[in-house]
Amino acid sequence: MTPRRKRMLAVAAIVIGVGAATAVALQAMNENIMYFYSPSQISAGEAPAGRAFRLGGLVSAGSVERTPGSIEVRFTVTDNARSIPVSYSGLLPDLFREGQGVIAHGRLDDAGVFKADEVLAKHDENYMPPEVAESLHTPTAAGGAS
Amino acid sequence: MIPELGHFALILALLLSGAQAFFGLAGASRGNVAWMRAAVPAVTGQFVFLMLAFGVLAWSFVQFDFSVRYVAMTSNSLLPLFYRISAVWGGHEGSLLLWGLMLATWSVGVAAFSRSMPLPFKSRVLGVLGLVSIGFLMFMLFTSSPFERLVPAAPEGNDLNPLLQDVALALHPPMLYLGYVGFSVAFAFACATLIEGRTDVSWARWARPWTLAAWLFLTVGITLGSWWAYYELGWGGYWFWDPVENASFMPWLAGAALIHSLAVTEKRGLFKTWTLLLAVVAFSLSLLGTFLVRSGVLVSVHAFATDPARGLFILGFLIAVIGGALTLYAWRAPLLKSEAAFELASREAFLLFNNALLVAATGLILLGTLYPLFMDALNLGKISVGPPYFGVAFLIPMVPLLMLLGVGMHAAWKRTRLGHLKRPLLALAIVSAVAGLLVAAFVYGEVHYMGAVGFAVAFWVLSSTLLGVWENRGQLGKAPAGFWGMTVAHFGVGLFALGVTGVESYRIERDISLGVGETTTLQGYQFEFMGTRDVRGPNYRAIEGEVVITRDGKLVKTLHPQKRFYASGGNPMTEAGIHARLNRDLFVALGEDLGAGKWSMRVQYKPLIRYIWLGALLMALGGLVSMTDRRYRARAPATVPATGGLKGRVA
Repeated sequence: MTPRRKRMLAVAAIVIGVGAATAVALQAMNENIMYFYSPSQISAGEAPAGRAFRLGGLVSAGSVERTPGSIEVRFTVTDNARSIPVSYSGLLPDLFREGQGVIAHGRLDDAGVFKADEVLAKHDENYMPPEVAESLHTPTAAGGAS
Repeated sequence: MIPELGHFALILALLLSGAQAFFGLAGASRGNVAWMRAAVPAVTGQFVFLMLAFGVLAWSFVQFDFSVRYVAMTSNSLLPLFYRISAVWGGHEGSLLLWGLMLATWSVGVAAFSRSMPLPFKSRVLGVLGLVSIGFLMFMLFTSSPFERLVPAAPEGNDLNPLLQDVALALHPPMLYLGYVGFSVAFAFACATLIEGRTDVSWARWARPWTLAAWLFLTVGITLGSWWAYYELGWGGYWFWDPVENASFMPWLAGAALIHSLAVTEKRGLFKTWTLLLAVVAFSLSLLGTFLVRSGVLVSVHAFATDPARGLFILGFLIAVIGGALTLYAWRAPLLKSEAAFELASREAFLLFNNALLVAATGLILLGTLYPLFMDALNLGKISVGPPYFGVAFLIPMVPLLMLLGVGMHAAWKRTRLGHLKRPLLALAIVSAVAGLLVAAFVYGEVHYMGAVGFAVAFWVLSSTLLGVWENRGQLGKAPAGFWGMTVAHFGVGLFALGVTGVESYRIERDISLGVGETTTLQGYQFEFMGTRDVRGPNYRAIEGEVVITRDGKLVKTLHPQKRFYASGGNPMTEAGIHARLNRDLFVALGEDLGAGKWSMRVQYKPLIRYIWLGALLMALGGLVSMTDRRYRARAPATVPATGGLKGRVA
């Protein structure tokens, strides 16, 4: 092989390698993008069925329920207009509290319950996830869990 | 009165940075020696005044001066002295002051240790650093002065975020910033080279120790942050692919690429323009990181404040610096051509692959980090890119990188010649592959696909690095520091790969509910919950659990995970109980009282996790060792033969 052909070969190898890598990365990206939905959007049927997404809102006051001694926990997440029931099995973050902003990763089951596999309440008590802050409705007489 | 002194010192520092930029750049372009010389005292003065400002702020913290808004925001009267000092950089304003001080420190360093450089070049470097400094000091003075007063003074402070009350995290920001800001030196060297249109490559030799220094501090900073997150956040994770973590990791990757391409440029005069571009990119990514963290574009634990004015200022600054440098590059770079040729399997070629792969990793991480911001800005929905994406995006370039690393270390400059090493390398490759498979199958009992590949790659890098030492066994005493630095750093890379493989493929994590006397078993370790009690610390009270770990009936360790409640109020904090050994960590975090005498608990088995931090620290140590290489201290440019006597040459 002439040096020129060698170089062409090297360039071709790099192009193919980069191309393949990009394809795999984009595929991974596509699979791991999670959209954010508020309780109102979910109630309106906008959330995808069978695909993981993020749900955000406030933990409704008085909604946290546990079977004593069990790690299973149920609560509802509200945007002050609609609420979505959530079930989760695992340790809740330190900042998880009724009335506080929360983001959960998971998917909807057939009964309309959001099965969370991760619950996040960020590390600062004054912090409100920006998506949650934007999606909140002003409390009204009807949905007034403030 | 004292805080105003600090403010005044900041203003003086800004004026001096102006003088530094002007005398440095104008002096060099007009060939005015007196002006060029004047840049040095301007740098020194700026450093002194920033030290003064920093000292004043620290003094305000030590004295509990709650009339200073920033002090009142980030400390209180119960905070121990150590954390009052670290609280100086525990918030937005103070961490910017630290940034500025670091920049001045690096500038003073360049001014002091640059005897081998010609005066005009040195003053251009200082001039560019001065321009960067002007930007930062203006940002601080106009949008975020730490010396702003509170009228009337607050009777009591707000407290430092309890998460930040930790030794590793107290040291994390200074190290990280030393790294971030340190890339400004390589950046300034690149700009000065472009301004002068220098066609020789002496700048690469001058820039190498500075780049190594910046990169090693960044390595230590990131490692501390990761270690802290592991034991303090209570999740047992060491890396979350959080946008803010990515912001520090991208300059690290670009910096690693820069270190390697500087070697090629210095030794062989190749990749000249590419290296310059990388130097610009590494610093730009540092600035981008600062922008992402400080502007509140990404809201997370790292974003202390969200203020649109600040965001706009940093964005403007970012555009000015990156735009300016890239314009300069577009204008000047075509002047610098590389003339030498090299073959496909020469050391140059391997380093080219190294750069391509490291930059690819940087690009993929950048894509995942910025994509949600673009989607949001274009109103296409609020999305987040999950950690699995980053895992894949990082592994795609890293696995081939580590495979090539094992060969590239032994390749010769210029020619394809592995010589008598061909056979030993082939043997090592086969042995590593088999060993990887065996360890996965018999030590961890499951041939997890990535586990076997990961172990094989790690063994390959480790053994190939050792082969380099073995090859030079007769002349180790004469080996230059650069050789040892490379060896130590690459060994660190191997250990790091080992650790990541162990944790990612074979960790066991369980969230469970345990009553007193109940047990759970992970990987042969039995965890028995003995109950809880109340304990008190200097500024918190805590509920402490007791968990006894046994294996085959023998006591391994009693752990005491805590749930802390700080006196200043706010959120409870999880203090995990960890039993660390080189082959595994056992991790227990206390959840909450579930009623009926039960507690929720997070119990984890983390094989080899210590090697992640150990490997990273070895990489940093390798950088430190390389810095001490004699040729960086030479007064006159010493000519180093491209192929020295040492086998498995130093890059």
